[in-house]
Amino acid sequence: MFGFGILSGLILLPLVGAAFILALRGDSAPVQNNARWAAIITTLATFILSLVAWNRFDIANPGFQLLEQRTWLSETILYKLGVDGISMPFILLTTFLMPFCILASWHSIETRVREYMIAFLVLETLMIGVFAALDVVLFYVFFEGGLIPMFLIIGIWGGKRRIYASFKFFLYTLAGSLLMLLAIFVMYGVAGTTDITVLLKTHFDPSIQKYLWLAFFASFAVKMPMWPVHTWLPDAHVEAPTAGSVILAGILLKMGGYGFLRFSVPMFPDASQYFAPLVFTLSVIAIIYTSLVALVQEDIKKLIAYSSVAHMGFVTMGIFALNQQGVQGAVFQMVSHGLVSGALFLCVGVVYDRMHTREIAAYGGLVNRMPLYAVAMLIFTMANVGLPGTSGFVGEFLTLMGAYKANTWVAFFATTGVILSAAYALYLYRRVIFGVLDKPSLADIQDLDRRELVLLVPLVVLTIYYGVQPGPILDACAASVALLVKNFDAAIAATKTAALALN
Amino acid sequence: MNSLSFELAHTLPELILVCGALLLLMMGAYKGTKGDWIISELAIAILGIAFLTLFTKLDGKALIWDGAFVDDAYARFMKGLALVGALVSLLLSREYMAREKIDQFEFPVLILLSTTGMLMLISAQNLIGLYLGLELMSLALYVVAAFHRDNVRASEAGLKYFVLGSLSSGMLLYGSSLLYGFAGTVSFVGIAEALKGGPSIGVIFALVFVLAGLAFKMSMVPFHMWTPDVYEGAPTPVTAFFASAPKMAAVAITVRIIITAFPGVMMQWQQIIVFIALLSMALGSFAAIGQTNLKRLMAYSSIGHMGFAMVGLVPGTQAGVYGVLVYMAIYLTMTLGTFAALLSMRIGDRYVENIADLAGLSRSRGTMAFFVAMMMFSLAGIPPLAGFFAKLYVFQPAIQAGFYWLAVIGVLLSVVSTFYYLRIVKVIYFDEPAEAFSPVHREVTGVLWVATMLVLLFWVWPAPILDAASAAARSLF
Repeated sequence: MFGFGILSGLILLPLVGAAFILALRGDSAPVQNNARWAAIITTLATFILSLVAWNRFDIANPGFQLLEQRTWLSETILYKLGVDGISMPFILLTTFLMPFCILASWHSIETRVREYMIAFLVLETLMIGVFAALDVVLFYVFFEGGLIPMFLIIGIWGGKRRIYASFKFFLYTLAGSLLMLLAIFVMYGVAGTTDITVLLKTHFDPSIQKYLWLAFFASFAVKMPMWPVHTWLPDAHVEAPTAGSVILAGILLKMGGYGFLRFSVPMFPDASQYFAPLVFTLSVIAIIYTSLVALVQEDIKKLIAYSSVAHMGFVTMGIFALNQQGVQGAVFQMVSHGLVSGALFLCVGVVYDRMHTREIAAYGGLVNRMPLYAVAMLIFTMANVGLPGTSGFVGEFLTLMGAYKANTWVAFFATTGVILSAAYALYLYRRVIFGVLDKPSLADIQDLDRRELVLLVPLVVLTIYYGVQPGPILDACAASVALLVKNFDAAIAATKTAALALN
Repeated sequence: MNSLSFELAHTLPELILVCGALLLLMMGAYKGTKGDWIISELAIAILGIAFLTLFTKLDGKALIWDGAFVDDAYARFMKGLALVGALVSLLLSREYMAREKIDQFEFPVLILLSTTGMLMLISAQNLIGLYLGLELMSLALYVVAAFHRDNVRASEAGLKYFVLGSLSSGMLLYGSSLLYGFAGTVSFVGIAEALKGGPSIGVIFALVFVLAGLAFKMSMVPFHMWTPDVYEGAPTPVTAFFASAPKMAAVAITVRIIITAFPGVMMQWQQIIVFIALLSMALGSFAAIGQTNLKRLMAYSSIGHMGFAMVGLVPGTQAGVYGVLVYMAIYLTMTLGTFAALLSMRIGDRYVENIADLAGLSRSRGTMAFFVAMMMFSLAGIPPLAGFFAKLYVFQPAIQAGFYWLAVIGVLLSVVSTFYYLRIVKVIYFDEPAEAFSPVHREVTGVLWVATMLVLLFWVWPAPILDAASAAARSLF
């Protein structure tokens, strides 16, 4: 319609819902309810539309599909959208998780419901835009624009230290991103365009590559987040409302990994190879250090936040293993972590709504009163640990295998992280779920109600399904990843030949 | 020799403003102080007509009055911005002036005269024209700064502005006379011709003095001292006027004189511009953090923004000038929007001036709160709002010309400045409500609506502004 394709539709649809909610007036209970329903309908419709897009997507084709393009800021800075096997899973993940976020906020958000729903829908638009953009400036606009709604979500509906957390989140991410913006200008100067498909074919001089790589790294490392710039994440996670944490862990963190795959590796192959040891070191430190930190946490959300940092360490390690297994494992790990950590935050939200505390010490023996909850939590905890049969295993296994091929020691140290993750996750589970239910405040706690079942059951099913049947995700990205790895190897070989020719 | 009608056609906006100002002065003198509303309405109409005449199809570049005055696409673009600034400030002033009981008929007349000066300044093509325009603009500004003459702070602001302003005019004059002495001509083009062989030490002196005088008008560090005091002391609509129209004119003439008169001393002026741009960005970012008064904060914010705009001028290329023009257009929109927001918030009888007064604005006035928040995010340069694109267009040419470190420091300083804009958003959205706000006039909220929509939706259809700015930048080279 109007010359716009299905991806534009995906980007626009949540905005339409937001506009509708904006048109509602007043703050009475029926208005709030309308806002909730409008939001859930919009997100579901977006999800369905993304399935249509998925249906039109050809997984055998490694290139960009569903393209649309028109001039925007100038003839060379375009409004260009398209997806390939690497971005498509993330778009689906985004549209899939959004209805859960809305549903999770159904009762827990009581003030300024309209604004809340609008913020989430705008955020959805921006997140889809990040994964669909095929122009660096457009990508940047979406990437950075997401800060505004997230800042408001944490700051308005967050916990006690929400102001500190929201400022930290905003300024940390902004500082990293602006350096990326400058790198984008440099690339524009070299290539004369900001079209990603052209930039992917442009050869940047190896000496500039290093600076460009570092500038992009500054942005994505903060977003991932990698050790040592991860400190904003625990704060943001703890203070954000449940749905905010889900989005943060589920999708916003993935933008960093996606950025590495879309920009750093294919556009700066020489620099990527040069800096791979650095990334390995940081990843291994992240995996071991944050796992140890997670062991001593007393706040459930903070513990899960630190475990997210550790899991993202596997992702960066897999990406910079720079082989088929590593990269595919990284993509899988990101999708799986999006589901699992999102689900874990939803689980925390369930008990938080009842008890209004996230202190681990305030819980214990929940299995006696909440058997269904205990089962769901168990499955997600196991997936978080990476138990075979859950989706968490596949990603960790593949990234470790990729890393093993690249560097044995990295794989060795990273594997200790798997053991540590079992330690903190099981320790958490024991303290919260098992034991004697002796706290008077927990005596009449209720098990999952219907809404919460609707929330958790699909995630349980998917976690197990992708654990035994990882094919759908792996197949979706296989062709594009193969192309990525092939181009990377070719670029490295070309540089080597050039260096030899000089000698 | 040009025909009279040719000359008249190219100076039509100025003629309209001058005749209008004199006419209104007569009307005011005969009718006494009572006819104030009709006079400000007429002044708005005059500014509007002058703005519309800019769109008449005049082709190319016209050099008239013995090369003292030039009418090109660049001049028309900047004149448009200055006229919009003046017009909107006048629109914003009406209710405020009436409430503060300072709605004398002289105010619109002075604004018209000052705007005439700005247009002259923008079109100046030699040093005489520059000085005439600058003084006509400034003399009227000194008076309007102290327009609330029974208010101690306003009087102080006016006096301070006048004393420091005269100092800077003196510097400018001194630099001009040196320049004339060395080049033997006052015309910009002639100066460029004379400086081709490379500069002598005297010319560098002249350059420093001229740029110092202009930096004062743009309120750039180290010539910014007057800005916070004047912004805080002057009546708020006057501050809105100071922050918008004169800035456009000052930047316009700075860019013009540098590009047309000083290409031969590029190394020298680049050093100066880099220096004042860096200092302005730094001071604008750090000094605003501690402010509690919104008008004072906006003063530091405008200092910082001038620094960012000048980053675009540093490479001295057409793309850079294009960036400056886009920056100024977007900055104008954001400034006017912010001041419209300030003028549309009253608690009881008092206009809001402190940041703390905004607490809980989102509860009592949701739409307004959203608008102010968007203005702040835009001033901070967060995409997809217009302020981001402004920064995009000035940093991109700077990078292209190899000023990497300037750009890196610039963006890091912009992160610092983001902090205080976020603080305002925090007060609006995260803090508990304090007192309720009183309703305001429709004109002011109308301005706020338009400005916010422009800022919010710039990315949807940026072509009109970009095309105009591009044509304007091209005409300068």
